[in-house]
Amino acid sequence: MRRLLGFITKEFIHIFRDLRTLIVLFGIPVTQILLFGYVITMEINDSSIAILDLSKDEVSLNLSDRLCSSGFFRQKENLNGYDDIERVLRSGKVKAVVVFGEGFGCDLITRGKASMSIIADGTEPNYATLVCNYITAIVNDFSREQNEVETGTVFLLQPEVRMFFNPELKDQFMFVPGVMAYVLIIICALMTSITITREKEFGTMEALLVSPLRAGHIIVGKVVPYMVLSFVTLVVILWVSWLVFELPIRGSLGLLIGISMLYILLGLSLGIFISTISKNMQQAIFISLMSLLLPTIILSGFIFPVENMPKAYDVASYLVPSKYYLIAIKNIMIKGLGIGYVWKETLAMCFMSAIFILLSIKNFKERLQ
Amino acid sequence: MADKVVIRAEDVGKHFGKLHALRGINLEVNRGEIFGLIGPDGAGKTTLFRLITTLLTPDSGSLTVLGLDVVTQYRELRRQIGYMPGRFSLYHDLTVEENLNFYATVFGTTVKENYTLIADIYSHIEPFRRRPAGKLSGGMKQKLALSCALIHRPALLVLDEPTTGVDAVSRVEFWELLRGLREHGITTVVSTPYMDEAMRCDRVALIQSGQLLSIDTPTAIMEGFTGKLYSVRAEENYSLIMALRANPHVHTAHPFGSSVHVTFNTEGYHATLPQYLHEKGIENVTIEPISPGIEDRFLELMEREP
Repeated sequence: MRRLLGFITKEFIHIFRDLRTLIVLFGIPVTQILLFGYVITMEINDSSIAILDLSKDEVSLNLSDRLCSSGFFRQKENLNGYDDIERVLRSGKVKAVVVFGEGFGCDLITRGKASMSIIADGTEPNYATLVCNYITAIVNDFSREQNEVETGTVFLLQPEVRMFFNPELKDQFMFVPGVMAYVLIIICALMTSITITREKEFGTMEALLVSPLRAGHIIVGKVVPYMVLSFVTLVVILWVSWLVFELPIRGSLGLLIGISMLYILLGLSLGIFISTISKNMQQAIFISLMSLLLPTIILSGFIFPVENMPKAYDVASYLVPSKYYLIAIKNIMIKGLGIGYVWKETLAMCFMSAIFILLSIKNFKERLQ
Repeated sequence: MADKVVIRAEDVGKHFGKLHALRGINLEVNRGEIFGLIGPDGAGKTTLFRLITTLLTPDSGSLTVLGLDVVTQYRELRRQIGYMPGRFSLYHDLTVEENLNFYATVFGTTVKENYTLIADIYSHIEPFRRRPAGKLSGGMKQKLALSCALIHRPALLVLDEPTTGVDAVSRVEFWELLRGLREHGITTVVSTPYMDEAMRCDRVALIQSGQLLSIDTPTAIMEGFTGKLYSVRAEENYSLIMALRANPHVHTAHPFGSSVHVTFNTEGYHATLPQYLHEKGIENVTIEPISPGIEDRFLELMEREP
């Protein structure tokens, strides 16, 4: 035990004396959160839209006025036909086109239903989503007011939203869980795999092997300091998200931290495993980045929905640790669900950690070669 | 452990793929001696040390160290060995003091407990105890690495080329320290590519291409030199060697600093050598008989091997 403590102390000294390690541990996660956060929290203000009014009646003009006087939108152009839609969107001058169908007001009064569309520029998916949500909200307000005035008839205005250029847009871009999922695993795996291969490269591993230290001592000694510091990183990420972006945590904070620590352990054990199969630091960095960066971003469901990918990707995604973590923390943070809804993911992560730890201990050579 | 023999190797072999790093090594190292392993780079010195320190396992033969088998009893053995690898195993970002404390803790002891053993060595670097190990000079790094290897009072100290890359004064000092350790009953096995250091060992083994050529005291090894040795000097060394090697009466001609060590096939030819060299255009030649050093014997042995 005293040996282990000595080893852990040594690891902490390594970390605190190396500025680069500290930057990677704390600087990168915070920067990532801030970057992603500002990309997403752009507020809509005076955004240009175009209106294609095929009916030009009282109701449609009224609604157009309402949209443009809201302060969120500015009418850039009045279109004459469907052909114009693509032209203005292509030119990039407007972010969305609102279309009122022929006989809009008439249909609304006589049938209680009318056709209306919002066509948005999907090249900036997040912005497009925001624009559509704002327009829909204004339209809903409008139809509620009309209902109150015109008693007897019930208006039902349900705009049809369509994205140009990027039809498979995700409805909600929850960046904090995504950034946590990929930042935590990459940092944990990278740091541990580097710290072990560094001992191999500097020749200190030779002396450690000839000492009475066992594989378990060395592995635990490497994991514990990074576990503690990753916990600090986790708290910092959550705190910054809450402070800057007012991120809500609807579920239990304890459960969120518990599951995150399990995920951190998974990342660390993966890093140890990588270090047992690589000869030097370069190899370790290469394997960590190659095996984690792209799969995490593509297959975890962080940015792209895996359901829409070919079957093989879907199957492969079950091997990506961050998939389980992302599902679990989304359920906890956003939906506010408890352990009853995330036990499968928790179990999957426990299983993966156990496998990597066992493989590492088995693979860790107590001799050279 | 009344056994006098600390290391016993019987027909030990080790290969890496097709490369035979060690072949048929038979060796006995006695308690309390300083045993030197002398040979050029790539001869197998480090491999043999890694076998002794249980970092590698032999492919054939048997190797026992301190009465323990290196393959099956390696855990027990590791507690009793102090090892200083070729590249000093120091953490560059840790201070002198922290390095020493770390190795002490890892071996389950404290610096205080064994300070008497390392006092002679550590006192040289103690004034710099708060300096990061990476910022020490070669000689100080070497002393720190030795202190770290000794901190758990090992029965056997294994030093892989401890003087490589260290200045001449520090080298001499280092050998004095090793002799001092003998008083504490520590057996030392040390490798070096420097022939002059061989003389400071109690016994030496000459190793070449993975095979031991000779094991004996340094004096006995020198006395094993068979021929008569002459030192030849001239103004220009290179053309002298070329001329000597072209002469059929010359058996061997090896450069030694500013002179050339020569043995002859023909008895008494040294008398006619100046004339031969004069014909080759080499002037100011001096020839004198000398007594062979350990390097001469080593070169002689090497030439005998295929």
